[in-house]
Amino acid sequence: MGLAKRIIPCLDVDNGRVVKGVNFIGIRDAGDPVEVAKKYNSQGADEITFLDITASHECRDTTVEVVEKISENVFIPLTVGGGIRSLNDIQTMLNAGADKVSINTAAIQNPHLVEEAANKFGSQCIVVAVDAKLVSGKGETAYYEIFTHGGRHATGIEAVDWVAKMARFGAGEILLTSMDRDGTKDGFELNLTKKISEAVNIPVIASGGVGTLDHLVEGIKLGKADAVLAASIFHYGEYTIQQAKTYLFSCGIEVALFA
Amino acid sequence: MTSVVAVIDYGMGNLHSVASALRHVGASEVFVTNDKDQICSADRIVFPGVGAIRDCMGEIKRLECDDPLNEVIFNLRLPVLAICVGMQALMTRSEENEGVDCLNIIEGKVKRFPDDLKGLGSDILKVPHMGWNEVIQTVPHPLWDGIPDRTRFYFVHSYWVRTQDRLQVVGGVDYGVKFDAAIAKDNLFAVQFHPEKSHEMGLRFLKNFLAWEGT
Repeated sequence: MGLAKRIIPCLDVDNGRVVKGVNFIGIRDAGDPVEVAKKYNSQGADEITFLDITASHECRDTTVEVVEKISENVFIPLTVGGGIRSLNDIQTMLNAGADKVSINTAAIQNPHLVEEAANKFGSQCIVVAVDAKLVSGKGETAYYEIFTHGGRHATGIEAVDWVAKMARFGAGEILLTSMDRDGTKDGFELNLTKKISEAVNIPVIASGGVGTLDHLVEGIKLGKADAVLAASIFHYGEYTIQQAKTYLFSCGIEVALFA
Repeated sequence: MTSVVAVIDYGMGNLHSVASALRHVGASEVFVTNDKDQICSADRIVFPGVGAIRDCMGEIKRLECDDPLNEVIFNLRLPVLAICVGMQALMTRSEENEGVDCLNIIEGKVKRFPDDLKGLGSDILKVPHMGWNEVIQTVPHPLWDGIPDRTRFYFVHSYWVRTQDRLQVVGGVDYGVKFDAAIAKDNLFAVQFHPEKSHEMGLRFLKNFLAWEGT
Protein backbone atom coordinates (compact mmCIF):
# COMPACT_ATOMS: atom_id res chain seq x y z
CA MET A 1 0.00 0.00 0.00
CA GLY A 2 1.14 3.54 -0.62
CA LEU A 3 0.01 7.09 -1.05
CA ALA A 4 -3.76 7.38 -1.55
CA LYS A 5 -5.33 9.10 -4.55
CA ARG A 6 -7.28 12.07 -3.31
CA ILE A 7 -10.88 13.15 -3.85
CA ILE A 8 -11.30 16.89 -3.50
CA PRO A 9 -14.70 18.54 -3.49
CA CYS A 10 -14.56 22.07 -4.83
CA LEU A 11 -16.56 24.97 -3.49
CA ASP A 12 -17.03 27.71 -6.08
CA VAL A 13 -17.94 30.65 -3.91
CA ASP A 14 -19.60 33.83 -5.12
CA ASN A 15 -20.08 36.59 -2.59
CA GLY A 16 -20.05 34.17 0.33
CA ARG A 17 -22.30 31.47 -1.17
CA VAL A 18 -21.37 28.16 -2.79
CA VAL A 19 -22.48 28.09 -6.42
CA LYS A 20 -21.69 25.99 -9.44
CA GLY A 21 -21.85 27.26 -12.97
CA VAL A 22 -22.25 25.28 -16.17
CA ASN A 23 -19.49 26.30 -18.59
CA PHE A 24 -18.93 29.18 -16.18
CA ILE A 25 -22.42 30.56 -16.89
CA GLY A 26 -25.74 29.79 -15.20
CA ILE A 27 -25.82 29.53 -11.43
CA ARG A 28 -27.54 27.28 -8.90
CA ASP A 29 -27.20 28.15 -5.24
CA ALA A 30 -25.72 25.29 -3.22
CA GLY A 31 -25.35 26.76 0.22
CA ASP A 32 -23.24 28.21 2.99
CA PRO A 33 -19.56 27.38 2.42
CA VAL A 34 -18.82 26.62 6.07
CA GLU A 35 -21.72 24.16 6.27
CA VAL A 36 -20.80 22.60 2.93
CA ALA A 37 -17.16 22.23 4.02
CA LYS A 38 -18.22 20.59 7.29
CA LYS A 39 -20.46 18.18 5.40
CA TYR A 40 -17.61 17.13 3.08
CA ASN A 41 -15.26 16.77 6.02
CA SER A 42 -17.67 14.42 7.76
CA GLN A 43 -18.09 12.45 4.51
CA GLY A 44 -14.34 11.86 4.43
CA ALA A 45 -13.05 14.34 1.84
CA ASP A 46 -9.25 14.31 1.51
CA GLU A 47 -9.00 18.07 1.09
CA ILE A 48 -11.26 20.97 0.27
CA THR A 49 -10.69 23.51 -2.46
CA PHE A 50 -12.35 26.88 -2.19
CA LEU A 51 -12.45 28.99 -5.34
CA ASP A 52 -13.63 32.56 -5.02
CA ILE A 53 -15.13 32.99 -8.47
CA THR A 54 -16.09 36.62 -8.24
CA ALA A 55 -12.96 37.79 -6.49
CA SER A 56 -13.90 41.42 -6.80
CA HIS A 57 -12.05 43.51 -4.28
CA GLU A 58 -15.06 44.38 -2.15
CA CYS A 59 -15.72 40.69 -1.56
CA ARG A 60 -12.21 39.90 -0.32
CA ASP A 61 -13.02 40.47 3.33
CA THR A 62 -15.97 38.08 3.07
CA THR A 63 -13.66 35.45 1.61
CA VAL A 64 -11.10 35.85 4.41
CA GLU A 65 -13.83 35.47 7.03
CA VAL A 66 -15.21 32.36 5.35
CA VAL A 67 -11.72 30.82 5.13
CA GLU A 68 -11.16 31.55 8.83
CA LYS A 69 -14.45 29.90 9.75
CA ILE A 70 -13.79 26.84 7.60
CA SER A 71 -10.31 26.35 9.05
CA GLU A 72 -11.67 26.54 12.60
CA ASN A 73 -14.15 23.78 11.87
CA VAL A 74 -12.54 21.49 9.34
CA PHE A 75 -9.31 19.62 10.07
CA ILE A 76 -8.25 18.60 6.60
CA PRO A 77 -6.18 20.63 4.11
CA LEU A 78 -7.82 23.68 2.61
CA THR A 79 -6.77 25.28 -0.70
CA VAL A 80 -7.98 28.77 -1.51
CA GLY A 81 -7.95 30.29 -4.99
CA GLY A 82 -9.49 33.08 -6.98
CA GLY A 83 -8.06 36.56 -7.17
CA ILE A 84 -4.69 35.72 -5.61
CA ARG A 85 -2.39 38.34 -7.17
CA SER A 86 0.49 39.05 -4.81
CA LEU A 87 2.67 37.71 -2.01
CA ASN A 88 0.50 39.81 0.26
CA ASP A 89 -2.68 38.05 -0.89
CA ILE A 90 -1.01 34.70 -0.27
CA GLN A 91 0.08 35.73 3.21
CA THR A 92 -3.46 36.92 4.00
CA MET A 93 -4.99 33.58 2.98
CA LEU A 94 -2.36 31.49 4.80
CA ASN A 95 -2.91 33.59 7.92
CA ALA A 96 -6.66 33.08 7.60
CA GLY A 97 -6.07 29.32 7.75
CA ALA A 98 -5.53 28.19 4.17
CA ASP A 99 -2.91 25.47 3.75
CA LYS A 100 -2.37 26.14 0.07
CA VAL A 101 -3.24 28.91 -2.33
CA SER A 102 -4.07 28.46 -5.95
CA ILE A 103 -2.70 31.00 -8.42
CA ASN A 104 -4.10 31.28 -11.92
CA THR A 105 -4.29 34.58 -13.83
CA ALA A 106 -1.53 36.22 -11.77
CA ALA A 107 0.90 33.43 -12.68
CA ILE A 108 0.32 34.15 -16.38
CA GLN A 109 0.75 37.87 -15.87
CA ASN A 110 3.86 37.43 -13.75
CA PRO A 111 5.36 33.92 -13.71
CA HIS A 112 7.98 35.03 -11.21
CA LEU A 113 5.24 35.45 -8.62
CA VAL A 114 5.19 31.65 -8.43
CA GLU A 115 8.96 31.55 -7.95
CA GLU A 116 8.91 34.24 -5.26
CA ALA A 117 5.95 32.63 -3.51
CA ALA A 118 7.58 29.18 -3.50
CA ASN A 119 10.77 30.65 -2.07
CA LYS A 120 8.95 32.60 0.60
CA PHE A 121 6.21 30.18 1.66
CA GLY A 122 7.51 26.84 0.35
CA SER A 123 6.41 24.89 -2.73
CA GLN A 124 4.04 22.81 -0.62
CA CYS A 125 1.52 25.65 -0.41
CA ILE A 126 1.72 26.95 -3.98
CA VAL A 127 -0.78 25.44 -6.40
CA VAL A 128 -0.80 26.69 -9.98
CA ALA A 129 -4.25 26.47 -11.54
CA VAL A 130 -4.47 26.06 -15.30
CA ASP A 131 -7.65 26.38 -17.36
CA ALA A 132 -6.96 24.80 -20.74
CA LYS A 133 -8.96 24.37 -23.92
CA LEU A 134 -8.25 22.52 -27.14
CA VAL A 135 -7.89 25.07 -29.92
CA SER A 136 -6.75 25.15 -33.52
CA GLY A 137 -6.47 27.98 -35.97
CA LYS A 138 -6.78 27.52 -39.72
CA GLY A 139 -4.21 24.98 -40.88
CA GLU A 140 -2.76 24.63 -37.37
CA THR A 141 -2.35 21.48 -35.34
CA ALA A 142 -4.73 21.55 -32.40
CA TYR A 143 -3.14 22.32 -29.04
CA TYR A 144 -4.20 23.03 -25.47
CA GLU A 145 -4.29 26.74 -24.87
CA ILE A 146 -4.47 28.40 -21.47
CA PHE A 147 -7.34 30.74 -20.69
CA THR A 148 -7.60 33.18 -17.79
CA HIS A 149 -10.23 35.28 -16.05
CA GLY A 150 -12.57 32.33 -15.55
CA GLY A 151 -12.17 31.24 -19.16
CA ARG A 152 -12.89 34.60 -20.79
CA HIS A 153 -9.38 35.52 -22.00
CA ALA A 154 -7.24 33.46 -24.37
CA THR A 155 -3.50 33.73 -23.68
CA GLY A 156 -1.91 31.99 -26.67
CA ILE A 157 0.16 29.96 -24.17
CA GLU A 158 0.49 26.21 -24.72
CA ALA A 159 -0.48 24.30 -21.58
CA VAL A 160 2.05 21.43 -21.39
CA ASP A 161 5.17 23.62 -21.66
CA TRP A 162 3.63 26.12 -19.30
CA VAL A 163 2.99 23.54 -16.61
CA ALA A 164 6.56 22.22 -16.88
CA LYS A 165 7.79 25.79 -16.47
CA MET A 166 5.61 26.33 -13.40
CA ALA A 167 7.02 23.15 -11.85
CA ARG A 168 10.55 24.47 -12.46
CA PHE A 169 9.56 27.75 -10.84
CA GLY A 170 8.60 25.90 -7.68
CA ALA A 171 4.89 25.14 -7.93
CA GLY A 172 4.04 22.29 -5.55
CA GLU A 173 0.96 21.07 -7.39
CA ILE A 174 -1.08 21.69 -10.55
CA LEU A 175 -4.85 22.14 -10.59
CA LEU A 176 -5.80 21.37 -14.17
CA THR A 177 -9.26 22.28 -15.48
CA SER A 178 -10.47 21.42 -18.95
CA MET A 179 -12.57 24.32 -20.17
CA ASP A 180 -14.09 22.04 -22.78
CA ARG A 181 -15.43 19.71 -20.12
CA ASP A 182 -16.10 21.92 -17.11
CA GLY A 183 -19.77 21.69 -16.16
CA THR A 184 -20.61 19.19 -18.92
CA LYS A 185 -20.62 15.97 -16.84
CA ASP A 186 -19.00 14.23 -19.83
CA GLY A 187 -15.92 13.17 -17.88
CA PHE A 188 -12.38 14.53 -17.67
CA GLU A 189 -10.42 15.48 -20.78
CA LEU A 190 -8.21 12.42 -20.36
CA ASN A 191 -5.74 13.20 -23.12
CA LEU A 192 -4.99 16.59 -21.60
CA THR A 193 -4.83 15.19 -18.07
CA LYS A 194 -2.37 12.45 -19.03
CA LYS A 195 -0.16 14.84 -21.01
CA ILE A 196 0.08 17.26 -18.11
CA SER A 197 0.54 14.60 -15.46
CA GLU A 198 3.36 12.96 -17.38
CA ALA A 199 5.03 16.30 -18.12
CA VAL A 200 5.74 17.13 -14.47
CA ASN A 201 7.03 15.43 -11.34
CA ILE A 202 4.63 17.29 -9.04
CA PRO A 203 1.08 16.13 -8.23
CA VAL A 204 -1.69 16.98 -10.69
CA ILE A 205 -5.33 17.46 -9.70
CA ALA A 206 -7.75 16.78 -12.56
CA SER A 207 -10.83 18.96 -12.80
CA GLY A 208 -13.71 19.66 -15.14
CA GLY A 209 -16.43 17.35 -16.39
CA VAL A 210 -17.11 14.81 -13.67
CA GLY A 211 -20.63 13.39 -13.94
CA THR A 212 -20.22 9.82 -12.70
CA LEU A 213 -18.00 7.85 -10.35
CA ASP A 214 -16.47 6.08 -13.35
CA HIS A 215 -15.18 9.45 -14.51
CA LEU A 216 -13.18 9.71 -11.28
CA VAL A 217 -11.70 6.25 -11.90
CA GLU A 218 -10.79 7.17 -15.50
CA GLY A 219 -9.11 10.39 -14.38
CA ILE A 220 -6.80 8.42 -12.12
CA LYS A 221 -6.26 5.28 -14.18
CA LEU A 222 -6.17 6.74 -17.68
CA GLY A 223 -5.47 10.40 -16.99
CA LYS A 224 -2.76 9.51 -14.41
CA ALA A 225 -4.07 12.20 -12.07
CA ASP A 226 -2.89 12.19 -8.46
CA ALA A 227 -6.14 13.69 -7.26
CA VAL A 228 -9.57 14.34 -8.72
CA LEU A 229 -11.68 17.40 -8.10
CA ALA A 230 -15.43 17.61 -8.52
CA ALA A 231 -18.21 19.92 -7.48
CA SER A 232 -21.70 19.29 -8.76
CA ILE A 233 -21.86 15.51 -8.28
CA PHE A 234 -21.27 16.13 -4.58
CA HIS A 235 -23.14 19.41 -4.08
CA TYR A 236 -26.53 18.14 -5.11
CA GLY A 237 -26.26 14.87 -3.23
CA GLU A 238 -25.94 12.55 -6.24
CA TYR A 239 -23.04 10.89 -4.49
CA THR A 240 -21.33 11.26 -1.16
CA ILE A 241 -17.54 11.40 -0.92
CA GLN A 242 -17.70 8.13 0.99
CA GLN A 243 -19.56 6.45 -1.91
CA ALA A 244 -16.99 7.78 -4.35
CA LYS A 245 -14.10 6.46 -2.26
CA THR A 246 -15.70 3.07 -1.79
CA TYR A 247 -16.21 2.85 -5.55
CA LEU A 248 -12.60 3.84 -6.34
CA PHE A 249 -11.39 1.30 -3.81
CA SER A 250 -13.51 -1.42 -5.50
CA CYS A 251 -11.77 -0.50 -8.77
CA GLY A 252 -8.37 -1.17 -7.24
CA ILE A 253 -7.43 2.45 -6.49
CA GLU A 254 -5.83 3.27 -3.17
CA VAL A 255 -7.91 5.75 -1.20
CA ALA A 256 -7.92 6.99 2.37
CA LEU A 257 -11.00 5.50 4.01
CA PHE A 258 -11.73 7.36 7.20
CA ALA A 259 -13.61 4.81 9.28
CA MET B 1 -7.07 18.66 33.94
CA THR B 2 -6.10 21.97 32.37
CA SER B 3 -3.75 21.99 29.49
CA VAL B 4 -2.14 25.22 28.39
CA VAL B 5 -0.29 24.80 25.11
CA ALA B 6 2.31 27.16 23.69
CA VAL B 7 2.66 26.94 19.91
CA ILE B 8 6.07 28.37 19.13
CA ASP B 9 5.67 31.13 16.55
CA TYR B 10 8.73 32.02 14.50
CA GLY B 11 6.70 33.52 11.69
CA MET B 12 6.67 30.54 9.34
CA GLY B 13 3.37 29.22 8.11
CA ASN B 14 -0.15 28.62 9.15
CA LEU B 15 -0.26 28.33 12.94
CA HIS B 16 -3.94 29.14 13.04
CA SER B 17 -4.83 25.54 12.05
CA VAL B 18 -2.76 23.82 14.69
CA ALA B 19 -4.06 26.21 17.37
CA SER B 20 -7.67 25.61 16.25
CA ALA B 21 -7.18 21.86 16.28
CA LEU B 22 -5.67 21.92 19.80
CA ARG B 23 -8.60 24.00 21.07
CA HIS B 24 -11.00 21.64 19.33
CA VAL B 25 -9.61 18.63 21.23
CA GLY B 26 -9.80 20.35 24.59
CA ALA B 27 -6.72 22.49 25.23
CA SER B 28 -7.79 24.98 27.90
CA GLU B 29 -5.63 27.71 26.40
CA VAL B 30 -3.42 27.95 23.34
CA PHE B 31 -0.81 30.68 22.99
CA VAL B 32 0.81 31.25 19.64
CA THR B 33 3.96 32.93 20.83
CA ASN B 34 7.73 33.37 20.77
CA ASP B 35 7.88 34.91 24.21
CA LYS B 36 10.21 32.86 26.40
CA ASP B 37 8.25 33.34 29.64
CA GLN B 38 4.99 32.40 27.99
CA ILE B 39 6.55 29.31 26.39
CA CYS B 40 8.19 28.18 29.61
CA SER B 41 5.02 28.66 31.68
CA ALA B 42 2.87 26.43 29.41
CA ASP B 43 2.03 22.80 30.24
CA ARG B 44 3.15 21.54 26.86
CA ILE B 45 4.69 22.82 23.67
CA VAL B 46 4.06 22.49 19.94
CA PHE B 47 6.94 23.31 17.62
CA PRO B 48 5.49 23.58 14.08
CA GLY B 49 6.99 24.77 10.82
CA VAL B 50 6.44 25.01 7.10
CA GLY B 51 8.52 26.45 4.30
CA ALA B 52 12.18 26.30 3.45
CA ILE B 53 14.59 25.19 6.17
CA ARG B 54 17.09 28.04 5.72
CA ASP B 55 14.36 30.63 6.33
CA CYS B 56 12.99 28.62 9.24
CA MET B 57 16.38 28.27 10.91
CA GLY B 58 17.10 31.94 10.22
CA GLU B 59 13.91 33.01 11.98
CA ILE B 60 14.36 30.55 14.86
CA LYS B 61 17.80 32.07 15.52
CA ARG B 62 16.74 35.67 14.93
CA LEU B 63 13.80 35.39 17.33
CA GLU B 64 15.90 33.26 19.71
CA CYS B 65 13.31 30.52 19.80
CA ASP B 66 16.03 27.90 20.24
CA ASP B 67 16.67 29.14 23.77
CA PRO B 68 13.18 28.46 25.24
CA LEU B 69 12.94 25.30 23.13
CA ASN B 70 16.06 23.89 24.77
CA GLU B 71 14.78 25.03 28.14
CA VAL B 72 11.42 23.22 27.83
CA ILE B 73 12.98 20.08 26.38
CA PHE B 74 15.99 19.61 28.63
CA ASN B 75 15.36 21.52 31.89
CA LEU B 76 11.60 21.79 32.33
CA ARG B 77 11.12 18.48 30.55
CA LEU B 78 7.67 19.44 29.24
CA PRO B 79 5.95 17.31 26.61
CA VAL B 80 6.99 18.74 23.24
CA LEU B 81 5.45 17.91 19.86
CA ALA B 82 7.37 18.93 16.71
CA ILE B 83 5.49 18.92 13.41
CA CYS B 84 6.79 18.74 9.82
CA VAL B 85 9.60 21.28 9.33
CA GLY B 86 9.60 21.59 13.14
CA MET B 87 10.71 17.94 13.19
CA GLN B 88 13.33 18.58 10.51
CA ALA B 89 14.68 21.62 12.40
CA LEU B 90 15.44 19.38 15.41
CA MET B 91 17.91 17.32 13.37
CA THR B 92 21.63 17.85 12.91
CA ARG B 93 21.61 19.03 9.33
CA SER B 94 19.34 19.32 6.29
CA GLU B 95 20.47 19.07 2.69
CA GLU B 96 17.80 21.62 1.65
CA ASN B 97 19.01 25.03 0.40
CA GLU B 98 22.51 23.62 -0.36
CA GLY B 99 22.87 22.41 3.22
CA VAL B 100 21.72 24.04 6.45
CA ASP B 101 22.81 23.31 10.01
CA CYS B 102 19.81 22.63 12.21
CA LEU B 103 19.32 22.55 15.99
CA ASN B 104 20.96 19.14 16.54
CA ILE B 105 18.59 18.35 19.39
CA ILE B 106 18.19 14.92 17.82
CA GLU B 107 21.09 13.43 15.91
CA GLY B 108 19.98 12.82 12.35
CA LYS B 109 19.81 14.10 8.83
CA VAL B 110 17.22 15.57 6.48
CA LYS B 111 17.38 14.43 2.87
CA ARG B 112 15.46 15.13 -0.35
CA PHE B 113 13.34 12.59 -2.20
CA PRO B 114 15.14 11.83 -5.47
CA ASP B 115 13.51 13.10 -8.69
CA ASP B 116 13.33 9.64 -10.24
CA LEU B 117 11.50 8.11 -7.28
CA LYS B 118 9.70 4.90 -8.18
CA GLY B 119 7.18 2.77 -6.31
CA LEU B 120 6.24 -0.87 -6.66
CA GLY B 121 5.46 -1.67 -10.29
CA SER B 122 7.82 1.18 -11.28
CA ASP B 123 5.13 3.85 -10.99
CA ILE B 124 6.64 7.32 -10.84
CA LEU B 125 6.23 8.78 -7.37
CA LYS B 126 5.64 12.53 -7.42
CA VAL B 127 7.47 14.99 -5.19
CA PRO B 128 6.30 16.66 -2.93
CA HIS B 129 5.01 13.59 -1.13
CA MET B 130 1.53 15.08 -0.82
CA GLY B 131 -1.52 13.39 0.63
CA TRP B 132 -2.56 10.53 2.87
CA ASN B 133 -0.09 7.77 3.56
CA GLU B 134 0.02 4.86 5.97
CA VAL B 135 2.12 5.22 9.08
CA ILE B 136 3.50 1.95 10.35
CA GLN B 137 3.68 2.10 14.14
CA THR B 138 7.01 0.45 14.81
CA VAL B 139 6.85 0.90 18.59
CA PRO B 140 3.85 1.33 20.94
CA HIS B 141 3.61 4.83 22.38
CA PRO B 142 0.96 6.78 24.37
CA LEU B 143 0.51 9.10 21.36
CA TRP B 144 -0.68 6.15 19.26
CA ASP B 145 -3.40 5.36 21.80
CA GLY B 146 -6.67 4.50 20.03
CA ILE B 147 -5.05 4.90 16.59
CA PRO B 148 -4.86 1.67 14.57
CA ASP B 149 -1.55 0.68 13.01
CA ARG B 150 -1.31 1.81 9.36
CA THR B 151 -3.70 4.69 9.87
CA ARG B 152 -3.28 7.27 7.10
CA PHE B 153 -2.07 10.74 8.03
CA TYR B 154 -1.68 13.81 5.83
CA PHE B 155 1.81 14.55 4.55
CA VAL B 156 3.18 17.36 2.44
CA HIS B 157 6.95 17.52 2.15
CA SER B 158 9.88 17.10 -0.23
CA TYR B 159 12.50 16.39 2.46
CA TRP B 160 12.50 13.54 4.96
CA VAL B 161 14.18 12.65 8.22
CA ARG B 162 16.43 9.79 9.21
CA THR B 163 17.62 9.68 12.80
CA GLN B 164 20.99 8.30 13.75
CA ASP B 165 19.62 6.31 16.71
CA ARG B 166 17.15 3.91 15.10
CA LEU B 167 15.64 3.10 18.53
CA GLN B 168 14.04 6.57 18.47
CA VAL B 169 11.85 5.65 15.50
CA VAL B 170 8.22 5.02 16.49
CA GLY B 171 6.56 5.36 13.08
CA GLY B 172 7.69 4.83 9.50
CA VAL B 173 6.45 5.39 5.97
CA ASP B 174 7.51 3.86 2.69
CA TYR B 175 7.37 6.29 -0.22
CA GLY B 176 10.04 5.00 -2.56
CA VAL B 177 12.39 5.42 0.38
CA LYS B 178 11.61 4.37 3.93
CA PHE B 179 11.66 7.46 6.12
CA ASP B 180 10.94 8.33 9.74
CA ALA B 181 7.35 9.56 10.10
CA ALA B 182 7.49 9.73 13.89
CA ILE B 183 10.34 9.73 16.36
CA ALA B 184 10.31 9.88 20.13
CA LYS B 185 13.03 10.76 22.59
CA ASP B 186 11.99 11.07 26.23
CA ASN B 187 9.57 14.03 26.46
CA LEU B 188 9.98 14.91 22.79
CA PHE B 189 7.80 13.53 19.99
CA ALA B 190 8.27 14.60 16.38
CA VAL B 191 6.15 13.84 13.34
CA GLN B 192 6.58 14.49 9.64
CA PHE B 193 2.81 14.43 9.02
CA HIS B 194 0.29 17.10 9.95
CA PRO B 195 -1.96 15.83 12.76
CA GLU B 196 -3.90 19.11 12.64
CA LYS B 197 -4.86 18.29 9.03
CA SER B 198 -5.37 14.54 9.46
CA HIS B 199 -9.11 14.29 10.04
CA GLU B 200 -10.43 12.37 13.08
CA MET B 201 -7.29 10.34 13.70
CA GLY B 202 -5.16 13.47 13.60
CA LEU B 203 -7.40 15.01 16.23
CA ARG B 204 -7.17 11.82 18.26
CA PHE B 205 -3.38 12.07 18.07
CA LEU B 206 -3.48 15.67 19.33
CA LYS B 207 -5.85 14.64 22.11
CA ASN B 208 -3.36 11.96 23.11
CA PHE B 209 -0.66 14.63 23.14
CA LEU B 210 -2.73 16.75 25.56
CA ALA B 211 -3.01 13.74 27.87
CA TRP B 212 0.68 12.76 27.60
CA GLU B 213 2.97 13.49 30.53
CA GLY B 214 6.10 13.18 28.43
CA THR B 215 7.27 9.81 29.64
